[in-house]
Amino acid sequence: MPDPMKIRANVVGDSTEVKVLMSHEMETGQRKDAQGKTIPAWHIQNVTATWNGKTVLSAEWGPAVSKNPFLSFKFKGGAKGDKVQITWIDNRGEKRTDEAVIA
Amino acid sequence: MRFDQRRAAQAALRMLSLAAGAAFGQGSAVDEIAKYRAALQDGNPAELWEARGEDLWKQKHGPKSASLEACDLGLGAGVVKGAYAQLPRYFADADRVMDLESRIVWCMGTLQGIGEADAKRGVFGSPDRKSDMEAYVAYVTSQSRGIKMNVPLDHPKEQEAYRIGEKIFYFRGGTHDFACATCHGEDGKRIRLQDLPNLTTKEGAQKAYTTWPAYRVSQGELRTFQWRLNDCFRQQRFPELIFASEASVALTTFLARNANGAPFDAPAIKR
Repeated sequence: MPDPMKIRANVVGDSTEVKVLMSHEMETGQRKDAQGKTIPAWHIQNVTATWNGKTVLSAEWGPAVSKNPFLSFKFKGGAKGDKVQITWIDNRGEKRTDEAVIA
Repeated sequence: MRFDQRRAAQAALRMLSLAAGAAFGQGSAVDEIAKYRAALQDGNPAELWEARGEDLWKQKHGPKSASLEACDLGLGAGVVKGAYAQLPRYFADADRVMDLESRIVWCMGTLQGIGEADAKRGVFGSPDRKSDMEAYVAYVTSQSRGIKMNVPLDHPKEQEAYRIGEKIFYFRGGTHDFACATCHGEDGKRIRLQDLPNLTTKEGAQKAYTTWPAYRVSQGELRTFQWRLNDCFRQQRFPELIFASEASVALTTFLARNANGAPFDAPAIKR
């Protein structure tokens, strides 16, 4: 089971600002280990964010995204107490979903 | 002939770029690093270590199947809030001065029944193997954020540790004949582009001590003050600093005490 995400969501004017910190190695597949063997790629491939069940962000990620990625985005709407849910799936099929309440 | 001209032109170019580099000077590089840190502060991955540490702290481990929640970090059993700002300190139950790491090792022994050798194994994490100790430290230190450093120096053993720490700080040795003070005893010293704090001044000690642990972006790891000491020892070609040893606690006491009065501000983020 991957480590949990840290999610913060705040109402800013008529939109909601969401900040997400994910725990992931984000291995590019370009590096070699001490024995000279290629370390296989292992990174988040899909990120989706939903607000009250409605998708507000959908992203495809590749190996160029850093380790322990930080994602910040805004969407129109959202009120205090609403729920924001983030899901990522990596190229090994591992998955993590976390939720936060908009403050 | 053409070849020579080209070479001359290249040399001239190099001179130019060197001059440009000098014109930018050290100040701007320092400013740029500060901006870089500020940009990263918002999404500091150190929070992931804090969260993992808090989880671990509350989980039952060891032969006695106990959590560390009852650990006395100096402010009473179970009090984590603000404890780090008053460490290292003298603990009567152990009859010695302890820093956070040695106190955690102690609690793992007394509460969880984990042997000292096991508790001290793999304390510095790597990408393949996460360290529980670093997670514990991230969690405990995060509970002192914003609290003023107030390391006591009342007990004779605390005073002794401070004096030993001071001696170590100024002790020259190793193949390079270095002391901590060689790099950290004057203003304006640096390694490559990194400014080195002058730890003999109050501001220097405060700025340095209150910003560890930190997430090192270049390493993708959270590093503790203990790690910083160990890496300094490696850089000055000293023998390895033994984890949670008397020398290690003494040096920490010296530096932590010198930071007294400044609000603790970590886990931070560093290049």
